[in-house]
Formats: sequence, structure tokens, C-alpha cells
Amino acid sequence: MRLSMDLELQDIPGQLLLALQPLKDNKANIISVVHHRERKTPRGTIPVRFVVEMDRSKLDAVKSQLVSLGVTVVRAGEVRFIEDVAVVLVGHILDSDLGDTINRIDSTGYAEVMDLALTMPGVNEPSSAYLRIRATGKAEIHKALSILRQVGEEKKLLVIEPIEDEAA
Amino acid sequence: MREVKISLVGYGVVGHGVVDVLTRKRAMMKELGLDLKLISVTDHTGTIISEDGIDAQKILGEKTLTNVATSSMKGKEAIDAIASDLVIEVTPTNIVHGQPGLGHMEAALAGGKHVVTSNKGPLVVAYSRLKKLAEDNGVMLKFEATAGGTMPLISLVERTLVGNTIYGIRGIFNGTCNYILTRMAEENIPYTHALSEAQDLGIAEADPSYDVEGVDTAGKVVILANALFDMNIKYSDVDVTGITGVTPEALALAREKGYAIKLIGDVPALTVRPTLVPVGSPIAVGGTLNSAAIYTDLSGTITVSGLGAGSIETASAILSDVVSIYRTKRIDAIF
Repeated sequence: MRLSMDLELQDIPGQLLLALQPLKDNKANIISVVHHRERKTPRGTIPVRFVVEMDRSKLDAVKSQLVSLGVTVVRAGEVRFIEDVAVVLVGHILDSDLGDTINRIDSTGYAEVMDLALTMPGVNEPSSAYLRIRATGKAEIHKALSILRQVGEEKKLLVIEPIEDEAA
Repeated sequence: MREVKISLVGYGVVGHGVVDVLTRKRAMMKELGLDLKLISVTDHTGTIISEDGIDAQKILGEKTLTNVATSSMKGKEAIDAIASDLVIEVTPTNIVHGQPGLGHMEAALAGGKHVVTSNKGPLVVAYSRLKKLAEDNGVMLKFEATAGGTMPLISLVERTLVGNTIYGIRGIFNGTCNYILTRMAEENIPYTHALSEAQDLGIAEADPSYDVEGVDTAGKVVILANALFDMNIKYSDVDVTGITGVTPEALALAREKGYAIKLIGDVPALTVRPTLVPVGSPIAVGGTLNSAAIYTDLSGTITVSGLGAGSIETASAILSDVVSIYRTKRIDAIF
């Protein structure tokens, strides 16, 4: 099953590698690693979010191994999608393989398409789609949007992203 | 009373507005201690000069100066020859080479004359060069009317919000695009229909590409980035997508979910793109209105909106720039 883990690593070389060992030992397949270097904690540690595919029963073992290695485990459990965002696509959405477009987001492990509405006015006319993407955090939303932007360029789709509430 | 001799270069829609506004507001400006005297107007056909001030009634009815010109001087020649304190440059915008406005502004600044303009082209092409030329000659270059028309944006950031760190500015900077998108959403009509309607109303040009392809908005992004963020960028640094690909179906889908689609320019991201904006957001204005959200550290987000174009509206921004030049002088004199 897909699980996410929020860890805090010491800001010294080799810590990420150290944190990976318990995951390897317990046969966790890593889907994504987001290293929030810009969000250093007041304790001087660096938050890292792992999304992994692993047997849930091994989770406690992983946690205690991490703790014994000096890694702080802030949270570990099922993937929680805490951010979501609306996007509109315009173009030949079905002909350019909608399944693939969605899969490019879903396969990240940190984001997924959760809602989809499609309007097709005519065979040769561009169709329009509304979709909602949810992700495990703001950074992941940005990554998912940049994937979608890239897909849009490849498939000649107009990608209409939401305006952000705050300055970047 | 401080007398300011003004030369106007460019006598199109905005030029007429400037003559009208300078005439209408002359008494009010005198109360502020400024005698704004329009001593010459130049267009592509010639120049009319009057040391005592141009009689607006005589020229406002004329489309060009062909019938009223008192001299055949044009452009730079007129700027060099006429002893004015300030040049208002409102010739047509060319965003590729900036001419003829760029040459006019260079001549004026090099001649020690302040420049106030609504012409984006020269600023997009050569902002840092013009700014340096102004500094070297101890004069000012003011261009509030180039970004957001009458909506206060540059002066708002430079003066009123002074002391704030500006994180970014996002907004609707083109009234033509906003009108087209608003009508498409309201009436569920395709882009081409809304465009024809805008053309019939004189809101869109016969060749609308400059507006609808996002070129105009990108020009404003360049000006804001250079003037307010010291970015020293060119037009080609902006990632531009226009509105021609937006469908009424996309607008309808967005609206069902609580969003409008607007052409948004973003500084310092340097993008111009159709963007989803929540319907209740203060920047989601309709019709030909422009709007801008300014993200600051101390004041949070400030949003302004107003008419982005129009003869009198643009002239209003120009008048405000003219006055600000002499107010600044007065403040400087204290120190």
C-alpha cells in the first residue's frame, strides 16, 4: 500500500542515505522523495517527505529503525492529499490520450486527478476539460502542475492553471 | 507659480485626450501652483507652435495637424528646436523597435527635458538606456499610463507603498482581452463572435493580434519587471500565451466550478497566460476593466482596478505623471 512519511534530517552530509536504509531493509519501493531544504525547521533539521509503496505491517519496524538512527519521524501513514487545485485543458484532449495525461499525474505517487468533466462540442473542434488535482502538499501541487504544463506542450493542449493566492 | 512649457508629440486618440485634459484642468493645476502651458503639438504632418499656449478649440476638431500646422518640423527636429521643459510622447507603440517614440524620447531626455509617455514600445525595447539617459541629464522619465492605463500602479508601488518589499504583481492588463473573455462567458459565444463584437464597438483593433495574442500584456509585464523589480529583461524573456485558444466550453466548465478565465500577466514570473481566477476574487473584474494584485510584505495584498485604456483616462494618468515630476522637485528641494 502507498504510505507517506514526513521525516526530519540533520543538516549534515549522508543523512538522506541513512534514512533510506530502513526503507530498503523493509522492501519499500520509493515513489517520491521531496527534500524541503528551503523549509529548515527551528531545530536546524530539514523536512523530507517520502512516498513509498510498502507492506503496512512493516511500518512500525521502519519507524523504530529510523528513530534508532537518529532520524526524527514526524508522521508516517497513509498518503494524505492535503492540497488540491483546479485546472482547465483545451484542445484535442481525447485524441491526445486523456488516459495517458491523467496517468502522468497519477503515477507520481504524490498527486492524482480526482475529478474530471469533459465537454466536446464537435468532432473537429477542440474539447475542454476541467480537472482537479490533489497532492500531498503545496510543493507537490507545483510539481504536478509543471508536469501537466509539459504534457500540454507535447500534446498541444492549452493548460489553464489557477492563479495563486500568494506571491511565489 | 511655476510655469511648465509642454510639447506634445503624437496627435492620435491619446494626443487629443491630452490636449483636452490639459485645457480642462489648467485652472485646477494653477491652484496647485503649476501653470501647465502646452506650447507645441507635433504629429506626422507637422507642428503647431504657440508660445502663449495652444488654443485647444482650434485644434481639437482636427484629426491631424495638416490644416493647422505652423511649421513643417516633425519628430526629433521639433523636439530639438522647441524650448520646452517637458515632452509628452504619445505616438503609436511599436514593441519591436520602439520607433518613432524611442528617438523622440532620446532627443527629449538628451536635451534636458522631462518625458511623460503612454507609449510602451520604447520602454519595452530600451528601458535601462532611457532611464540612464534621464539620470545623466538630470530629468525624469514617467510612464504610469503604459501599464494599466488610468489604474494607479507604478506610482502606487513607488510612492504609496514605498518601504514595502514587493513580492509580485499579477493582473489583467488588457481591456480588449478581458472584454472578449467576459462576453464569451456571459453569452456562451465562441471567441470569433466575441472578437467581432469587440471590433464593432471599437474595443478591438481591425488587426487584433497585438491584444489577443498577449503581446500588449507581455509589454506591460516587461515594463513592470524593469521599472519595479529592476529585472532588466526583454520582451523575449516573457512566456506568452494569448486567449485565442480559449473556448466557451472551457469558460462554462470553469464557471460551474467557481472560476473565471482571465488573461493574467505575472511579474516576476514573467508569464502571460489564460488563468483560472476565483469568481469572487477582487482581480476577477469584467468588461474592459483592468486590475492588479500587488503582493507586499508589510501591506499584504493590495488590489486596484480601473479603466485600462481610453483617450481621457490615459490622459489622466499622463497629467498625474506631469504633476508628480514637479511635486518631486519640491520635496527634493527641502533636503
